Amino acid sequence: MSPLGWDTAADLEKPPAEIPSPGEVDVPEGLRAEIEAHMANYPDRRSAALPALAAAQREHGWCSPQAIAQVAAVMRVTPAYLESVASFYDMLETEPVGRHSVYVCTNISCSLRGADALLADFQRAVDGDPEVNVRAFECLGACDIAPMASVDGVYVGPLSSQDIPALLDDVRAGRAVLPERQLARRLVADPHANSTEFPQHPAQGAAHGGANLELPTEDPATARGRREPR
Amino acid sequence: MAAADTAAPMLLFTDIDEPGLATREVYERRGGYESLRRALAMSPEDVLAQLEASGLRGRGGAGFAMGKKVSFLPKGAMDKYLVCNADESEPGTFKDRELMQKSPHMLVEGIVIASYAAGATRSFIYIRGEYVLQADALDAALAEAREAGYVGDDILGSGHSLTLVVHRGAGAYICGEETGLLDSLEGKRGNPRLKPPFPANQGLYQGPTLINNVETLATVPAIIRMGGEEYAKLGVETSTGTKLVSVSGHVQRPGNYEIELGIPSREIVYGLAGGPPEGRGVKCWFPGGSSSPVLTADDLDLPYDFDTLAKAGSMLGSGAIIVVDDATPILDVAMKTAKFYRHESCGKCTPCREGTNWTVKMLERIDAGEATPMDLEIMASVQEHIIGNCLCVLGDAMAMPIGSMIAKFKDELEAHMERARLRRGSGDRIASDSALAAQGALANDPRTMLGATGAGDQAPGAHEGAPGTHRGGA
Ligand SMILES: Cc1cc2nc3c(=O)[nH]c(=O)nc-3n(C[C@H](O)[C@H](O)[C@H](O)COP(=O)(O)O)c2cc1C
Ligand code: SF4
Ligand code: FES
Repeated sequence: MSPLGWDTAADLEKPPAEIPSPGEVDVPEGLRAEIEAHMANYPDRRSAALPALAAAQREHGWCSPQAIAQVAAVMRVTPAYLESVASFYDMLETEPVGRHSVYVCTNISCSLRGADALLADFQRAVDGDPEVNVRAFECLGACDIAPMASVDGVYVGPLSSQDIPALLDDVRAGRAVLPERQLARRLVADPHANSTEFPQHPAQGAAHGGANLELPTEDPATARGRREPR
Repeated sequence: MAAADTAAPMLLFTDIDEPGLATREVYERRGGYESLRRALAMSPEDVLAQLEASGLRGRGGAGFAMGKKVSFLPKGAMDKYLVCNADESEPGTFKDRELMQKSPHMLVEGIVIASYAAGATRSFIYIRGEYVLQADALDAALAEAREAGYVGDDILGSGHSLTLVVHRGAGAYICGEETGLLDSLEGKRGNPRLKPPFPANQGLYQGPTLINNVETLATVPAIIRMGGEEYAKLGVETSTGTKLVSVSGHVQRPGNYEIELGIPSREIVYGLAGGPPEGRGVKCWFPGGSSSPVLTADDLDLPYDFDTLAKAGSMLGSGAIIVVDDATPILDVAMKTAKFYRHESCGKCTPCREGTNWTVKMLERIDAGEATPMDLEIMASVQEHIIGNCLCVLGDAMAMPIGSMIAKFKDELEAHMERARLRRGSGDRIASDSALAAQGALANDPRTMLGATGAGDQAPGAHEGAPGTHRGGA
């Protein structure tokens, strides 16, 4: 746990924070407007907690105490209420993180295709770069392009460790990441679905737009040997 | 009986990749929103009768008859809600993603028709926060639908009104569970609620609420177009219609397929998805997401439908088939499965919070060579103590597949335990595998899926964290 974050045991000595009064907290105009628009979508304003926190996180990079205070001031709820929400959800950050996020899926289907090695290589590749937040994630709902990652919200796959340098170059340069590998361009796998040929992206396999199955070729003994001692 | 031909009638995936299908223009050119017009010309009771006649069962996991669920909502004028479950977080499942991204209007049309039958005037699509592309596609489609008068006040002059909002989640599997979803949609932590009361009576904001999966609702326009009885002729008696299946893992052509319910599972795993690569066989497969008990290669000839899979001791679930080949140790599969549920347990019930944690610890002990043969029995009994003893079925969703792996792969797990014990016993540090192999202990050690990469699991952020805190590190 980073000392900068706040998702730690409660300090019982501290008086509880109240709903900040509107004059007390400066809220950027755009953020205020966005939160208010979300609140108008629901019969109960508290329903806007998730979209409001997500908006504040986009503004501040994480759910910092300042971000929480701003949301609390606009939504008229206590900071503690928002902290209870933020600490529950994987996408809301309770400590400062890099500007870019790389969620590497390490759930079952991706693991069967080498996701754990991919994650380890990703982590090595960004070691010391505070701007890129690489983390393991549960099934992202794209097991058809396993192993895959969500890079600043864009799904790419199938990935191998050889793709990492190019992918990180794209991220750091603010370019579209591995455009030919993005999920957005993948056709459905079902060969009976499309009655006519629709334009197929060059990166896709002949008939199915599928990931060709490539499994790690390492022999079992080496694989075992490299396993972390416990 | 369904035809053996895998060329199922296409209801949801017809020309799904047609450019522009996500726009109203193309969707309407293909007959989109005609079902809505037809439904609005009928009485809500008649629309409900069509849904009931179709035999459509929920596509989100539990397989409950959709028409019946609609009929459970109380009659009369009051605020009723319709919530579309687009959380799609069951490992292995990615079918709703394809529909929402490529044919969002189909879902919008289905929601409006269902809301008319249910008398709901407010609706929400709860979509997982990670699905940015899909949520954007829905928002764009919704704007077009509002402009055309398909959503809003007095829809097409019918007197029926509906608001529809796309609500983005923030990453939590448990928010797919319907009552956890409702709490999350109310702006709270996504903890499941005690049932009863069921959402049909007391759901969102305490009002009567219909909750259905994306695929369930997206099927509604096709049912109105064909008529419920025609729809019921597809598939088999208690599993009617077509189903989207997501196939992943060790298959050559992973992806989404639309099948007629009741075709042999082999046709999906081998015929459509190509089966495991050359030279490999199927060790086991999850027929309905990682929460379903595993089946083996011997079960591949089972017809793929709700009741057959239930009779075989598993379930159709969300329609996500995960194939594991014969070179993968079952222990690694069990470990991945258990760690997922440990991470996602909301922590409210003791058997789930503690049971998921203990199961992971025992699996780690087996792998580290510290287990005794009794541990398998203890682990099996932990699973039995979880099942049926929790608020929601997340606990069961780990206990059932893990229990099935212990029952079906006992010999392999025992052998794994023994190999690990020998490896450990040969010194405090892990002995060189070649030395052990020379002794014969590792002669048949299968290639491990976590093998080269155990490091991944130790890395910060990977499945870390105390159980029941939901997220790591707390
Ligand atoms: C832990 C858990 C996770 C679930 N996740 C989802 C999900 O992501 N999507 C979904 O549609 N249903 C999910 N369900 C099932 C829902 O609770 C509910 O049964 C379903 O949304 C009802 O819709 P249907 O009748 O159309 O299937 C989940 C259930 C549990 C217990
Ligand atoms: S079974 Fe698990 S996830 Fe479900 S309510 Fe209980 S603790 Fe939470
Ligand atoms: S397991 Fe990785 S996307 Fe589903």
